[in-house]
Amino acid sequence: MECPQELSYTKEHEWTKEKDGAITIGITDYAQDALGDVVFVELPEKGTSVKAGEPFGVVESVKSVSDLYAPVSGKVLEINSGLEAEPEMVNSSPYDKGWIIKIEISDQSELAGLLTAEQYGEFVKSQK
Amino acid sequence: MSNEGNLMKGEAARGLIFNEPLIFKKGKKGRTGCDLPEKLFPSTKPEKLIGASLLRGKAADMPEVSEPEVVRHFTRLSQWNFGVDSGFYPLGSCTMKYNPKVNELAAGLEGFAGLHPLQTDETAQSALQVMFELEKLLCDITGMDAGTLQPAAGAQGELCGMMAIRALLEKRGNARKKVLLPDSAHGTNPASAALCDYDVVSIPSGPDGLIDIKKLKEAMDKDTAALMLTNPNTLGLFEKDIKKICAIVHAKGGLVYSDGANLNALLGKARFGDMGIDVCHVNLHKTFATPHGGGGPGSGPCLVKKELKPFLPVPLVIKSKGKYSLKWDSKNSVGAFHGFNGNFSVLLKAYTYILTMGAAGLKDISEAAVLNANYVRAKLKGYYDIPFDRYCMHECVLSDKIQNEHHVTTLDIAKALIDRGFHPPTIYFPLIVKGAMMIEPTESESKETIDTFIEAMIEIAELAKTDPEAITSAPLNAKVKRMDETKAARHPDLNCCT
Repeated sequence: MECPQELSYTKEHEWTKEKDGAITIGITDYAQDALGDVVFVELPEKGTSVKAGEPFGVVESVKSVSDLYAPVSGKVLEINSGLEAEPEMVNSSPYDKGWIIKIEISDQSELAGLLTAEQYGEFVKSQK
Repeated sequence: MSNEGNLMKGEAARGLIFNEPLIFKKGKKGRTGCDLPEKLFPSTKPEKLIGASLLRGKAADMPEVSEPEVVRHFTRLSQWNFGVDSGFYPLGSCTMKYNPKVNELAAGLEGFAGLHPLQTDETAQSALQVMFELEKLLCDITGMDAGTLQPAAGAQGELCGMMAIRALLEKRGNARKKVLLPDSAHGTNPASAALCDYDVVSIPSGPDGLIDIKKLKEAMDKDTAALMLTNPNTLGLFEKDIKKICAIVHAKGGLVYSDGANLNALLGKARFGDMGIDVCHVNLHKTFATPHGGGGPGSGPCLVKKELKPFLPVPLVIKSKGKYSLKWDSKNSVGAFHGFNGNFSVLLKAYTYILTMGAAGLKDISEAAVLNANYVRAKLKGYYDIPFDRYCMHECVLSDKIQNEHHVTTLDIAKALIDRGFHPPTIYFPLIVKGAMMIEPTESESKETIDTFIEAMIEIAELAKTDPEAITSAPLNAKVKRMDETKAARHPDLNCCT
């Protein structure tokens, strides 16, 4: 399972990357592997507000349908609309081309609640 | 059984299966299937019957085929299919039991089949009597006070029950905001709650696979309208603290809804009403042996305790001075749920089934269903991972953990079962078990059939170790080989029939 050091993680198996107050969000390698082939990603609209811990979208695979939970609160800056035509990027490139949304974070302090790569790795191990 | 040329265990053998085009691609212009006797059906110009203005400009493009072409067409299509009439169908949480043919006989009786839904109450007394009595029987079986037979399937029964809950709470002055659901819930449960404008809050299961009472207590508050659960739950485990669970919800003014999908485990043994449940639905197409899925339609009567009775859909079937009638005026009703009287012929089949079984027979059903599931669980232990290894109710849940070491997954095992003549169990549900296989043998199967299934499952487990490709390439015996499910979902070809 790949789990890049520079990213932060959640127990809902999402990763986040911060750059100048914009947070990019996707699902982890572990999550894409557990879900199986992703066939559809339901994205929020640009400009919608999301709240930490609450669902902002849906990812559907051949096995199941799962909610995507916002790791932090804020406003949706950008969505990866390429996923509409090529949802498989979530599987083939979870940390890069398969990113899902970018959020403008409203409360920087929420970042402190995220997990490091080590902590997330430990968490996944404990789930097995 | 001769299984020549096929060394797989199970009930299937190789055989011929026919290709069959769309019926529109068969036949020839001018060909007809049968001649109508001129005496009974004198030929006439259609404009004389309905007026020229109502005639279409061009004749409809209908298949022009002979009788044998039609018969072979549908017989061949039926041979591509798999149903409870062709084999073992252990689809967990779905109760695919055998549908006795006597039920069809009752539903086909001319006095019922020939009724028109707009007939007056006076001329449809027997039909109304069947509905009145079926409602009473279902109330007796579940320990509830009243009900409606209208909902056309389980999910609609849920919606009906949740709307009644909302209506009652609104009447009390506060509809509340949330509905609690265990994380093992059927997918339709959160959907029904959401349709009634409730926020859905998931309650995690404890390590024993049951509702975590502590977590429930923390989550239950005065903003919570109801708890929706399934008992036995979707892991096939009985919520043994159900009375305590109901008391926690009731203490804060909430109501408890029970999904009746797993009622087959409880028939004649335990009743929702006695557990403290306020509303439930039952699936006639599961528990009460009416046809299921494409052979349906379904029927999901919703049953309630008396405080919810005023909110039931209209019309209600009532009996007064020995006469039955439909009662339409009910000022607090949530409205009608189905045109006319629900799927009436399905009601007839379920009514026939309940009367055929009788009270003692219903008890035998749940006993045999539970015994069969535990037998499968015990026999497959060691070959498959059993995440909650304890006595189960009418279904057991396995996982593909052991087979994963050889890169064989639940999906592969399901496909390999097709090769051996069995319908796969429910897979990847419940979601809380990774790679779940949920097996519900039901009471209808003989020990011999169940043993053959077990042998096939064991053979698959052995092959997963020694020759994994034999499993990952399945199905080989089916008409259609392994489908690319991902491609089908990502790039559906909806034009395949043209």
